[in-house]
Amino acid sequence: MIDGLRRLGRLALNWLNRLGKATLFLLRLLGALATLGKRPGLVVRQLYSVGVLSLPIIAMSGLFVGMVLGLQGYANLVDFGATSTLGTVVALSLVRELGPVLAALLYAARAGSALTAEIGLMKATEQLAAMQMMAVDPFARVFAPRFIAGFVAMPLLAGIFTAIGILGGYFVAVKQLGVDSGTFWSQMQASVGWIDDVVHGVVVKSVAFGWVANWIAVFEGYDATPTSEGISLATTRTVVNTALVVLALDFVLTAIFFGV
Amino acid sequence: MVTLKKLELAVGVFVALGLAAFFMLAMKVSNIAELGEDKGYKVTARFENIGGLKIRAPVTLGGVRIGRVSGIDLDPRNYEAVVTLSIDPKYDQLPADSSASILTSGLLGEQYVGLEPGGMDNHLKNGSTLKLTQSALVLEKLIGRMLTNAAAGDQPAVKTP
Repeated sequence: MIDGLRRLGRLALNWLNRLGKATLFLLRLLGALATLGKRPGLVVRQLYSVGVLSLPIIAMSGLFVGMVLGLQGYANLVDFGATSTLGTVVALSLVRELGPVLAALLYAARAGSALTAEIGLMKATEQLAAMQMMAVDPFARVFAPRFIAGFVAMPLLAGIFTAIGILGGYFVAVKQLGVDSGTFWSQMQASVGWIDDVVHGVVVKSVAFGWVANWIAVFEGYDATPTSEGISLATTRTVVNTALVVLALDFVLTAIFFGV
Repeated sequence: MVTLKKLELAVGVFVALGLAAFFMLAMKVSNIAELGEDKGYKVTARFENIGGLKIRAPVTLGGVRIGRVSGIDLDPRNYEAVVTLSIDPKYDQLPADSSASILTSGLLGEQYVGLEPGGMDNHLKNGSTLKLTQSALVLEKLIGRMLTNAAAGDQPAVKTP
């Protein structure tokens, strides 16, 4: 009994300790942002590896999710003769929830894990220590460009995911199932608002998710135990923690913006 | 490793794609034209019962959307619902004695405010109040009335007080 309580206390303390470390890490990282203006090439290179290389998986997943939404929406709405609202159903579910959330989860799996593994390996092979020896600040040279690139890439990826998803839904609904094209778009336009749905849904959510996903990915790499096992654990933790935080944060943001 | 030039090109394409996606979300998926909605002039209407009317429901005249419901409130003194309509300034020639009623699109569809033009020469302007209003049709009340009428005797159920 006492033992169990003590273990619980140790868990809580460890957790708080890591949270404090992560916050200090973030503050140092933000402090290093100012130096990025001198080396824009660093950010561009990272944008390539987290953004451009994530495009295929984001585009394909968006297409399939949109197509599934179109099919399922049609199958359920056709019983009520309400297939004219299919455009609204597809667009609202993608814009408000699925677009930003799925894009963030895919991003964590595709890019976040790579960031953690890369930084963890740098630490294990003492590249970070070597940089410090040469008076190169790893925060300015390694962490800040990766964080900022991911932070910029996330909203763009979420936007691409959502747009392609809607096109996928359009393809299934209009081309395959014969919903009228004009109704599909006009019903969608009538009920999707720019500020209320697109900005509060895709933009705000993906900016928040981009912030936490990249913070977790870069911090886990920095904090990894510099062994092969430690790096594999850190990579796993990145994906698991990002998924949990993104889903929890999504609930909070939905309650703020879309709750009644 | 890819050369910096090719890399910049790829990143440029990526950013352009992302912006194009948002452009599509703005123009094709949502109705960005409604951003300027708040420039519309505000007219209030009092209803006994607004049924399921919601903020942002359309305001139509002759089936054409001319504005949106921008606010719903309750007058604490006489318990009437005060609905604020925001009407596109393009339509500033509406007669001051126009009437408003809460209608339903389809049997179970969304509720909206339908305006019926009157015949006065004065026009509605910011802050005007619509005097003639008709409340929402509440299906439960209607059915209840039909049932009581039917129970009361053999009078036809359609006859209402």
